Amino acid sequence: MMESAAEAIRNYEKIKASKIPRVEPLTNGHRACQGCGEVLALRLVMKALGHNVIVVSATGCMEIISSPYPQTAWEVPWLHVAFENAAAVASGVEAAYKVMNRKGKINQPDVTFLAYGGDGGTADIGLQSLSGALERGHNFLYVCLDNEAYMNTGIQRSSSTPYGAMTTTSPPGKKSIGQMTWKKNVAAIAAAHEIPYVATASPAFHIDLMNKVRKGATVKGPAYIHIFSPCPTGWRCDPSVSVEVARLVVQTRIFPLYEVVDGKWRLTNKVKHPKPVIEYLKTQRRFRHLTEKEINKIQQRVDKEWEDLLKRCEY
Amino acid sequence: MGKRVGIEVSLAVSHAVMLADVDVIAAYPITPQTHIVEHLSELVADGLLDAEFIPVESEHSAMSTSVGASAAGARTFTATSSQGLALMVEIMYIASSLRLPIVMAVANRALSGPISIWNDHGDMMLSRDTGWIQTVAENGQEVFDLVLHAYRVAEDPRVMLPMIVNLDGFTLSHMIEPIEFLSQEEVNKYLRPYRAPIRMDPENPITMGPVGMPEVYTEAKKAQDEALKNSKKVIIEAWKEFGDLFGRYYSPVETYRMEDAETAILILGSLAETAMTAVDKMRDKGKKVGIIRPRLFRPFPADEIVEAVKNVKNLAVIDRAVALNGMGGPLSFEIRSVLYDANLHPYLKNYIAGLGGRDVTVDDFSDIVSDIESCAQKGVKPEYTIVNVRE
Ligand SMILES: Cc1ncc(C[n+]2csc(CCOP(=O)(O)OP(=O)(O)O)c2C)c(N)n1
Ligand code: SF4
Ligand SMILES: [Mg+2]
Repeated sequence: MMESAAEAIRNYEKIKASKIPRVEPLTNGHRACQGCGEVLALRLVMKALGHNVIVVSATGCMEIISSPYPQTAWEVPWLHVAFENAAAVASGVEAAYKVMNRKGKINQPDVTFLAYGGDGGTADIGLQSLSGALERGHNFLYVCLDNEAYMNTGIQRSSSTPYGAMTTTSPPGKKSIGQMTWKKNVAAIAAAHEIPYVATASPAFHIDLMNKVRKGATVKGPAYIHIFSPCPTGWRCDPSVSVEVARLVVQTRIFPLYEVVDGKWRLTNKVKHPKPVIEYLKTQRRFRHLTEKEINKIQQRVDKEWEDLLKRCEY
Repeated sequence: MGKRVGIEVSLAVSHAVMLADVDVIAAYPITPQTHIVEHLSELVADGLLDAEFIPVESEHSAMSTSVGASAAGARTFTATSSQGLALMVEIMYIASSLRLPIVMAVANRALSGPISIWNDHGDMMLSRDTGWIQTVAENGQEVFDLVLHAYRVAEDPRVMLPMIVNLDGFTLSHMIEPIEFLSQEEVNKYLRPYRAPIRMDPENPITMGPVGMPEVYTEAKKAQDEALKNSKKVIIEAWKEFGDLFGRYYSPVETYRMEDAETAILILGSLAETAMTAVDKMRDKGKKVGIIRPRLFRPFPADEIVEAVKNVKNLAVIDRAVALNGMGGPLSFEIRSVLYDANLHPYLKNYIAGLGGRDVTVDDFSDIVSDIESCAQKGVKPEYTIVNVRE
């Protein structure tokens, strides 16, 4: 029997606010926009993981901004292949290390394998390869950097775009309020694979984020972390407020922070005194067109989802 | 030298892969490739091959996983056919541009639609510009030998390119043929353990697969094109060494009874064996007929083809695939451009035959030869034709 995730993370190397790792495997000089929440999230992920890691990137903003040949922002091995296959590529890297260690061709048993993709690369085009890799049980961590649209190609909607949001392919108009569908819950989909570790995180709660990454890297088998990643460019907000937006989304219960360890759900931020969703929505011009009626609808949905989540956490 | 055993050709592929001691196999089942990967999973399950067998959820992931494994420095194998290959194509281009020596067996099958599980070369032609080295086998022995040759070539530091061994689905993959296996000791003389010159390694971090801005994209493609062209030298050298060690010699283009041939049949793959029977019969009747069979498909062996064609009057180019552009079969375009550059002008007619498993018989080849000879004599404009269409 493999040890449980709970056992594996019992003594994981926790990061404290007073002792944040100073390493920057994703180093400066990359070309992300000002206030980019996605690159902030990825930087925190890498600070938590350090240098004994191999990174596989999906196509998307984080790939483009960090690798314009002959420059690179990566101090660790980094491999980009395509948009929809980061989890499959990481499967191959992980399996290669496993067998080469076993056959004595290398002696590097402690390397961590990270695959990351945007919400498009994860929730949409890459969902199949992600599901395959999770189901097969590869020992790797997958991080979804969710900025709620296809930013790299110019802010088109994804299945992770929230209800009501304006994107270039979900424009509000006489017959539309913008995005007409509710956000796909990929963390729950990942959890349905009954993998050892699933979590959600926000860069506004950076210690929590880094520790979840540490746990995800510590468990044996697949781990999935869904990180809310503000994109001032695509969300039409000021670059200076992206961390504030990443905080408000949690404080309004729109994006709850939780962990699923060995199938057990647990809130990691209880949000005792939630703020109304309007507080969050008004920070971004992508929601500017929403009427009171739509905002109420969103509030009701958020309340209901929170209730559902609490029920899951009871078990 | 090992003894001959009667074995299904698919299993001989798996056996060669085992002798190559691959590290990672990522594959998804599709007829007629299935027996290859089924047998590999057995070899792994029985502990005869120490490899990670990754039963991925699609061919797209089979190729992606192979890329990851190869980039990490593992000797990697995959296999597919038809629709599976079509699903892989996006990543095949990337595998070759990343210079990863993945080896893949393709049990050739027609492309949908209509869906057909049977043999033709539609898939081979679909992947012809992906930057992979490709060889095409005629019989089971050749398949076995070409798989080992593929690792030898692909991993050569002067090459570092992925490589396909094509074998006709069913008509070759499912045949039981007498095959002379090599022992592990013999294979070890030919194939050394793979050491990747660069790989995904935290002790030596590199960035792989970066964005290619307009200032570098052209140069990247030029470098790749040169690498593919230059691989030919190594391909031939590796065949020579194989022959010196094991007594079976191979060349980029095989010719059969071409000494004084006036009419040549140019064909890829196992159907050449049927053509050989037809040629023998025609020779008995005094017809000066021969066969030209490229064994190397990528890089295209232009010089060898020119050499083989230079004295023929009539050239029947047999395509096992149709290119839906109103100009015939894909192989015919390539042969025509080779001949144009060499200033050779045989009477060239393109016959598209054996699509989606349609039988091509000895008599069909005799008919093709009669047809081209009479067309040439009458001096009619050679228009491509699809053979054996039921009207
Ligand atoms: C097969 C394929 N389809 C489409 C694209 C174009 N494309 C590149 S990145 C991208 C969107 C990326 O969105 P996401 O995954 O959310 O990442 P982000 O840029 O938002 O970080 C698209 C549509 C592609 N590269 N490959
Ligand atoms: S578009 Fe958005 S996600 Fe992309 S780099 Fe800019 S801020 Fe970051
Ligand atoms: Mg996105």
